[in-house]
Amino acid sequence: MTFKTLTKTLGLAAAVAGLTAVASPAARASEQEGPTPTRQEWTFAGPFGTYDRAQLQRGFKIYKEVCSNCHELRIPIRTLGQPGGPELPEDQVKALAASYTIKDGPNASGDMFDRPGRPSDYFPPPFPNPEAAATALGAAPPDMSLVAKARKYERGFPKFIFDALPVPGGMYQELGPDYIYALLHGYEKDEDPNWNAYFPGHKIAMGKPLVDGQVEYTDGTPATLDQYAKDVASFLYWASEPTLEQRKRIGFRVMAFLLILAGLMYFTKKKIWSGVAH
Amino acid sequence: MHGLSTFEPKNGAVKWLEARLPILSFAHSSFVAYPTPKNLNYWWTFGAILSFMLIAQIITGVVLTMHYTPEATLAFSSVEKIMRDVNWGWLFRYAHANGASMFFLAVYIHMFRGLYYGSYKNPREVLWILGVIIFLLMMATGFMGYVLVWGQMSFWGATVITNLFSAIPIFGNEITTWLWGGFSVDNPTLNRFFALHYLLPFVIFAVVGLHVWALHVTGQNNPDGVEIKDVEKDCVPFTPHATMKDGLGVTVFLLVYCWFIFYVPNYLGDADNYIPANPLKTPPHIVPEWYFLPYYAILRAIPDKLMGVIAMFAAIAVLAFLPWLDKSPVRSAKYRPMYKALFWAFVVVSIGLGYCGAMPAAEPYVTVSRVLSVLYFGFFALLPFLPRWEKTLPVPATIAEAVLAKSGVKAEPPKPEPVKAAPAKAPTKSTRLWK
Repeated sequence: MTFKTLTKTLGLAAAVAGLTAVASPAARASEQEGPTPTRQEWTFAGPFGTYDRAQLQRGFKIYKEVCSNCHELRIPIRTLGQPGGPELPEDQVKALAASYTIKDGPNASGDMFDRPGRPSDYFPPPFPNPEAAATALGAAPPDMSLVAKARKYERGFPKFIFDALPVPGGMYQELGPDYIYALLHGYEKDEDPNWNAYFPGHKIAMGKPLVDGQVEYTDGTPATLDQYAKDVASFLYWASEPTLEQRKRIGFRVMAFLLILAGLMYFTKKKIWSGVAH
Repeated sequence: MHGLSTFEPKNGAVKWLEARLPILSFAHSSFVAYPTPKNLNYWWTFGAILSFMLIAQIITGVVLTMHYTPEATLAFSSVEKIMRDVNWGWLFRYAHANGASMFFLAVYIHMFRGLYYGSYKNPREVLWILGVIIFLLMMATGFMGYVLVWGQMSFWGATVITNLFSAIPIFGNEITTWLWGGFSVDNPTLNRFFALHYLLPFVIFAVVGLHVWALHVTGQNNPDGVEIKDVEKDCVPFTPHATMKDGLGVTVFLLVYCWFIFYVPNYLGDADNYIPANPLKTPPHIVPEWYFLPYYAILRAIPDKLMGVIAMFAAIAVLAFLPWLDKSPVRSAKYRPMYKALFWAFVVVSIGLGYCGAMPAAEPYVTVSRVLSVLYFGFFALLPFLPRWEKTLPVPATIAEAVLAKSGVKAEPPKPEPVKAAPAKAPTKSTRLWK
């Protein structure tokens, strides 16, 4: 039975190799230098999460007053009034849309013309094209419509496994908002406005965009950087995932249905097989 | 395998159809009367789960096609339009994207099950090889589907994988240019990937038909790995027994699938794929979808590009030779202590390779991938020699005997014999399985 021990040793060696690979922090440390974002509390996290309308509206205010000067947000204006989002009243959405000037055309005589925006229009970009943005700012700022889903940070083993599971502390989908929140706090060097603790490589083209008191809040929420960071990250997550509330609501019904169905099928199967030794 | 068919049409229209195209009696003998070994466990429900997944992918895919634009400057935004503006578009897309992962999860479990219970052995070699072909087709389909999103990882993944063909001696670059339809991955590449991504699932469907046909010729393997000797004693009719058990398996699997769709829909995807493709900006780590990671690790483990490509394809191709590599007369790992240990080592090696594939190509992952790649092929290299050393356990003579041994002798006599489950109308027909 020397061969049996050999196969066992092989298996063990493989397992050990796998585990050392998993446990070795060296390679990951070089990959992810600096601190990792911390997980924040979000109203939209978890199986029953929903957006906080007031928070999304505050986040939109920050976008409109600060972010939109450089960043495009490629979503239709009408979505602000749709269910599951900031849910601005219809007249406000119309007034907001009309405050934008949209280039349209060509008209019957072949000319392009400017007209006031309509809710069905997309938010107009701050620059006509990425090249113009890069020329003005040094680098083209990314479109913000998906940025909250397009950013993540390394979780490492074994955390990444629990992130998928329906366990306490699991079901972690909000890495993007956590990263954005951390990034807005990451301008730690006063002498270098382009240094960020959380940005890969630490050199970020965007200078510190938000400071305490910069955007006025009318609902009594503290006008602090921390609050801004939370609100704008929430708003961006909604922009990237506007169907989240519908998805989670339907998901609950689907899971409940499937659980009941599975139970019924289990007992039916048991009954059918009860006369058969197997 | 029509041993138990008792299909006797009474309805006039059915009789009329039977005389012209006996499709109903065929369906009846294949999915109702078909004798199923009694001792199958839940690992055998993955065949039904995979059939379900294939159909789910085709249906969601066809709906997505109605809203998708296969053009390099529009593809990404058309996907976003599906997510935001198409009614239930988010559901279809998340179901399709996560469906690919679930499809691969199920196929890997299905393959490991075949490996464990020796389902590839005589007389099921063709059945097994058809499975390997389906797996290859699935990989091609999954890869091309991922490219259609036209995000950063789509584009750069396509660039890395199509570049593998440039390793072919002499004609490598010409072949790659031909595959691209240009001098880099671009609109022509996207167009042909779209066409093929739509075509291949139907090819898979056809090969699955052959796979099921081959299965119904040889009959199913089972956890004890002994052939059916007596249909009455060893088997139960497919319906309702297997139908119900498969239904339960599919429902439980759906719970997992729906958890991903509704609660963690982006967990298995790469965040970088939410950035539109940019040929001028390479992402820091180009990582394929999780289901390709073990093969990706083998590819990167070998310093020479051509040898790496060969090793990667060999890692899949070697599966097709399994029926002839494994020379043990005993099928099931249940009765093969050494093979059982080796099997679990192989599972650990495969998962380890997957982990290395996700990590950057740096130490210690390079060395670990090399060791694991050697162990991966080592498994197949050891198989032919295993019977020399292995002392197998006594195998039960029949399925009925195995079942008796498991449930204890007392379980059998008080119950009426399961013959009652077999159709009572045709007792004379069924002593032989396949004519």
